[in-house]
Amino acid sequence: MDTLSIVFNLLAYAAASIFIGGLLYRIVQYFNTPSPLKIPGTPAPKTSIGVVFRLLPEILFFRTLLRGGVAEKILWVGGWFFHVSLFFILFRHVRFVTYPVPGFVMAVQQIGLAAAHLFPFALLILIVRRFLNDRMAVISLFQDYFVLFLLLGIGLTGIILKYFLRTNLVDVKAFMLGLVTLSPAPVPHSPVFLIHVILAAILVIYFPFSKLLHAWGVLMSPTRAQTDNPREVRHVAPWAK
Amino acid sequence: MAGKVEAPVLGGKIEIPKVQYGASKDQRVIPAKPDLMQKLNFPSERPPDWRERFLEKMAEVIKKYRSVRLFLDICVRCGACTDKCHFFIGTGDPRNMPVYRQEMMRSVYRRYFTTGGKLFRKLAGAEDLTEQMLEQWATYYYQCSGCRRCSVFCPYGIDTAEITYAAREIMDSIGIGSKYTLEIINKAETIGNNLGLTEPALRNTLDFVEEEIKENTGADVKLPLNVEGADILLVTPSADFFATPHIESLTGYAKVFHQAGVSWTLSSYASEAANFGLFVGNYAHMKAINKRIWDMARQLKVKRVIIGECGHAWRVLYSFSNTLNGPFDFLDSRYKVPQHICEFTLDLAKKRAFKFDKSANDNFTVTFHDSCNVARGSRMGDTPGDQFTMPRELINLTCNKFFDMPEGTIKEKTFCCGAGGGLLTDELIDLRLKAAVTRMQAYKDVKEKHNVNFLALICAICKAQFTKILPYYKYDMEEVGGVHQLISNAIVLGAKEGV
Repeated sequence: MDTLSIVFNLLAYAAASIFIGGLLYRIVQYFNTPSPLKIPGTPAPKTSIGVVFRLLPEILFFRTLLRGGVAEKILWVGGWFFHVSLFFILFRHVRFVTYPVPGFVMAVQQIGLAAAHLFPFALLILIVRRFLNDRMAVISLFQDYFVLFLLLGIGLTGIILKYFLRTNLVDVKAFMLGLVTLSPAPVPHSPVFLIHVILAAILVIYFPFSKLLHAWGVLMSPTRAQTDNPREVRHVAPWAK
Repeated sequence: MAGKVEAPVLGGKIEIPKVQYGASKDQRVIPAKPDLMQKLNFPSERPPDWRERFLEKMAEVIKKYRSVRLFLDICVRCGACTDKCHFFIGTGDPRNMPVYRQEMMRSVYRRYFTTGGKLFRKLAGAEDLTEQMLEQWATYYYQCSGCRRCSVFCPYGIDTAEITYAAREIMDSIGIGSKYTLEIINKAETIGNNLGLTEPALRNTLDFVEEEIKENTGADVKLPLNVEGADILLVTPSADFFATPHIESLTGYAKVFHQAGVSWTLSSYASEAANFGLFVGNYAHMKAINKRIWDMARQLKVKRVIIGECGHAWRVLYSFSNTLNGPFDFLDSRYKVPQHICEFTLDLAKKRAFKFDKSANDNFTVTFHDSCNVARGSRMGDTPGDQFTMPRELINLTCNKFFDMPEGTIKEKTFCCGAGGGLLTDELIDLRLKAAVTRMQAYKDVKEKHNVNFLALICAICKAQFTKILPYYKYDMEEVGGVHQLISNAIVLGAKEGV
């Protein structure tokens, strides 16, 4: 294998390790941090099953945003379509790391492709809305734009690879399959593909250190995930006995 | 404050202002004096190594509270909260946008607790812990009433109150505290109530209420104090013993108990339902204040504990007291522990234990202000949301004319009165007036549509705040009062509809 292939194989493994290790570390950290008091935002469900039904619409439909005004509705459109397209795009990518490709992965190929078209537009909404009013201008940080443009870069290089500067798919698949089967293969020498991979690696490495942790947030947020039964069940955390 | 304090003009609808940096930077609480800080086990003044101690305390808080750690990490700055806080709507100061209020802590967190912040500093949104930063904390973490309205609109339920209270705890730990809040904590822990009323003073008040009731109704309604063996211990905010209109609700509770024929008592040792320990995020103080109630329940051998009209008191008692000082297996398990006075009254009213003469309230057209801590931090009854329906049911049982304020300003989206969370202090009057603008706008709306002239509620802080600010808005201060004030007016003593 040439140097470039070695570098990219190493990069992929490093990124994956940091992503998985970082996320595990974070999850353990959150689990180990107690919630000393019952602080569900009420009205709140009284049972755990109720909590599941409170969280499901949040995760699937971002329900809370629909409670807000026009700005939140715009955010909802951008945010929801962004996340759903990301999901299908990733799903579509499973074909690069499976052999033979399972039927259900083949089944979402067309949806995944449609999602890839939607993806940059959803991101554009998310970028533009940060300029919509003076409040957004005040609160937006460099890192907010950084992650949006990073995602946009990944999406656009993906589209270029699909339509304009096509890479040999067999080589791509060999490289990707090599990664997951721990038998490294040469990386395709397509500049756009390499950029696509680098950007994706940056995103994945950045994930555990950033606000992208919000993915777990809604599941662990005490105001949303706690039950409202303090009079019936005594809630005690380790340090607060 | 220099200059004349004036209420904002009510334009007819709630307007989101343009951002004005520093618009409310001069609204600050008076710092607590060294001896007061010391009494409450805080450093008497800021030590030379305050930065180290600040960061140590911050590390401790992050380690102890999942809410704080998670909320610091996961905010995506989506902006959904930016126009939801009445302190921002009232002042236009960007630091009063929930996300930007949190940003003060988040930027320090990034700088000292995250890899990205340590490496990339400003580029990663990290800020040094400077004098100016500390000054901002001391200003704007005392411009939040901890009402949780922002949390309702946050996709992750991020609750600024958790951050605000944590920030105050961190500041207390380096000797920077609020005189108003800490004095009250001290009084509650030493005398037994926020107003510092002693047992003889308390007995005097109760005698006065008894005489008033006798004079107005001819009935011998008693307000017992420190009676061992009574069935019910009633704990109310101490303002109920002293302030107007609070005392009208105390009269209402007494009439309800009288008419229900139950034995009850107040306690001079546990003469405070409110718990300002919550407002400074201090677990130990909150627990100590709360403990007095349960110690007294044991000592007086009561079977039930019932809580009077107070918002954050109900949150602490309902949500936290089982954790803080439970379990309460020494009380009668057939009743919820503790019970809200509205739960007690409505339950018996539904069993037709009372006769109400609604016409006694015919001079009132009533609306109801959901107090923040009841609405978003607790529950009444058995079904989520009963904290909204039960007080309204009580009003409808005792009044002929009731109209709700516009959607989006009531129930779980209710606006805070503007003075909760330790802000009910004179030096913040300008801020309090501005923060009340959202509620006043909604009140004006039902006044114009339905001729409403009474703002009913169940919180001592709200009552005190509205009594103070209504005149600034050119409304009569007597337009505010408790739900049990309405019940007090309507309940027919001596008569029963049959039990």
